[in-house]
Amino acid sequence: MSTTPQRSVISKILQDDIVKLANKGERIDGRSFDEYRKIKITTGFVEKAEGSALVELGSTRVLAGIKIEIGAPFPDTPEEGVLSVTAELVPLASESFEPGPPNEDSIALARFVDRGIRESKAIALKELCLEPGKKVHVVMIDIYVLDHSGNLIDASSLAALAALLTTKYPVYKIENGQVVKTEETRQLPIRERPIATTLAILGDKLLLDPDLQEEQATGTYISFVSLEDGRICAVQKNGLATITRKMLSEALGIARAKSRELRQLLFQEEETTEQA
Amino acid sequence: MGKIKLIDENGIRTDGRRADELRPIKIDVGTLENANGSAYIEQGKCKILAAVYGPHEAHPRHLTQPDRAILRCRYHMAPFSVPERKSPAPSRREIELSKVIRESLEPVVMTELFPRTMIDIFIEVLQADGGTRCVGLTAASLALADAGIPLRGLVAACAAGKVDGQIVLDLNDLEDKEGEADCPIAFIPQLNVFSLLQMDGLMAVEEYEEAVHLALEGCRRIYEMQIEAIKKKYRETKAEENNQ
Amino acid sequence: MVSDKQIVVPGEVLAEGDYRIGENVYRNGKTILATMVGIARVEEDKVSVIALHGFYMPMVGDVVIGIVEDVGVTHWLVDINAPYPGVLRASEAFGRAFDPTRHELLDELKIGDVLIAKILSFDRTHDPVLTLNESGLGKVKDGVVVSLTPSKIPRLIGRKGSMLSIIQQKTGCQIVVGQNGMVLAKSQDKRMEDLVIKIIKLIEREAHTSGLTNRVAKLLDAEIEQMRGT
Repeated sequence: MSTTPQRSVISKILQDDIVKLANKGERIDGRSFDEYRKIKITTGFVEKAEGSALVELGSTRVLAGIKIEIGAPFPDTPEEGVLSVTAELVPLASESFEPGPPNEDSIALARFVDRGIRESKAIALKELCLEPGKKVHVVMIDIYVLDHSGNLIDASSLAALAALLTTKYPVYKIENGQVVKTEETRQLPIRERPIATTLAILGDKLLLDPDLQEEQATGTYISFVSLEDGRICAVQKNGLATITRKMLSEALGIARAKSRELRQLLFQEEETTEQA
Repeated sequence: MGKIKLIDENGIRTDGRRADELRPIKIDVGTLENANGSAYIEQGKCKILAAVYGPHEAHPRHLTQPDRAILRCRYHMAPFSVPERKSPAPSRREIELSKVIRESLEPVVMTELFPRTMIDIFIEVLQADGGTRCVGLTAASLALADAGIPLRGLVAACAAGKVDGQIVLDLNDLEDKEGEADCPIAFIPQLNVFSLLQMDGLMAVEEYEEAVHLALEGCRRIYEMQIEAIKKKYRETKAEENNQ
Repeated sequence: MVSDKQIVVPGEVLAEGDYRIGENVYRNGKTILATMVGIARVEEDKVSVIALHGFYMPMVGDVVIGIVEDVGVTHWLVDINAPYPGVLRASEAFGRAFDPTRHELLDELKIGDVLIAKILSFDRTHDPVLTLNESGLGKVKDGVVVSLTPSKIPRLIGRKGSMLSIIQQKTGCQIVVGQNGMVLAKSQDKRMEDLVIKIIKLIEREAHTSGLTNRVAKLLDAEIEQMRGT
């Protein structure tokens, strides 16, 4: 059952301020509408995990950990590795997070990050088979939200991607019908680098990378996951408000431009020219 | 590895449709006796029932809000609705879809008129064959109208997608599973806004915009059918009256 | 511009411009739209919709028929077929001073008892407060209660009470109509009570059609004729 959530108590004054500023083309923290907060990524944060990354997006902090095990494949894909993504809105991250089993927000977050990785075929799952039909690599991504200051989607996707790119796990072999761990290590076969871009919808304005107060003021945002060549692999609108067709096109344009910028920043690559 | 051909050389899909055709749709409003409002839709092989109870007192009371009614929405698939029996316990997908569908209906319900109450929306998928969240949403919108809950408009939902490289309307289950992308949307025609927007798969931005455009066309057609289904009920009674 | 007496659905555009808005419509900019499934009414410069379905929203002064659903220490909760329960305080039921040491609420009204009550007060911040302290109000001891969509109550009553008097005359039943869509029918003859239920269900189905009063009168005559025959 999904129930209308209690609204976070944001003072009317603050809410009005956010709207007033937006009408002047400004935001409370001085950013422009299409500006990201400061991003810091620390990979290998949890040495005992096969892969991990801590992302700081403004004051939002998300830690993604990757564990790799050997397990059974899904019956309809006997020669492919298995990907699983879960998210936990850790109670210490926010006043509004309660301890307990995953609620709809953590499930929705996990599933969206999952779709971004899965639909883009970022991980070459076909290369993670050990024994067809019996043993494959199971890649488990756990997203751990440590401090909620807005835009958990972009922070979580980035953390998951950074962790995947730096994952190192032992090479397994089948010897005498047994799975054996060797001394060698290898990295995951990553073919795509999906980047999530989220915009808050405030009336007819779009605000990139909403911080917590902006999220509370609008309650509605739209997220896109895009690839290097400009294709998109996931779209999701969250929240109670609506969006016009015109704004959707506008949002797509902003997402396209900003994800490219972010990609450059993160991977320090030459700008890929895209046919307009 | 042989891949299934989903569209043949003549542009005909596996179920005989062209790219821009909806599956056959049958809508019935006020199906259930007990619910305050209900609707049943058959779209292709999908069979989905929606029911609304309320507004009523909320239990537990602490969930209510002092200035509006709250919505409680459950999207659920019957165990026998899919080829492999599905456990009755809510799956992560059902939990996410319950949230997404609720958020899609909130903009039309005039909740400010009934503070401190709760409105229940139940969607049961009796048989699934692709696009169940859209069909469920369309049915839920009708159930809310049938319950006499004041609405700003009706929500019509439809999906489009990319199948065998082409943009097609209203994917069936096979196309959803084997195709390249699926874009479910929900639209409020009277207010000209989207209330649900999702996509998964892989497509160029231009293809996505084309799919949204096609899905919107689907929504408009479905909206006409919603109106027809509601008005049909009253025309039947008029016919009875003329026969007397 | 919608035509008078047209069937409309929620969100349907009824008019554009400076019209007065009546019930079950809302304004979006210059446009007036319906909020409910119903019949559009355009009277001079006022646009409204008579809802075909709906539930009862309490109004101060309304006479309602309800069923006791819970008993507390100083009050009962009454199901009045509305989104909110009616609150009947002991002082509004006993008509005399209530002393918790001497009076036990359960002695007076139990869960399941049917009441005819009046709404004393109601607003957005509290549940409707009921009273039994007026003539014609109180616990109902016999008869049948049937529900009707509240917006169809005027149809049951008819112009200047015409429909209701026809039904009462022909069946000999005493009928109390609650504004909350609950109707009480009482008669020595059980069959007459059942006939009233049948008529009310007919009105429920055909409230929006014309010539209903005549059809009701005809049906009553036919049924009563049949009863005399057996």
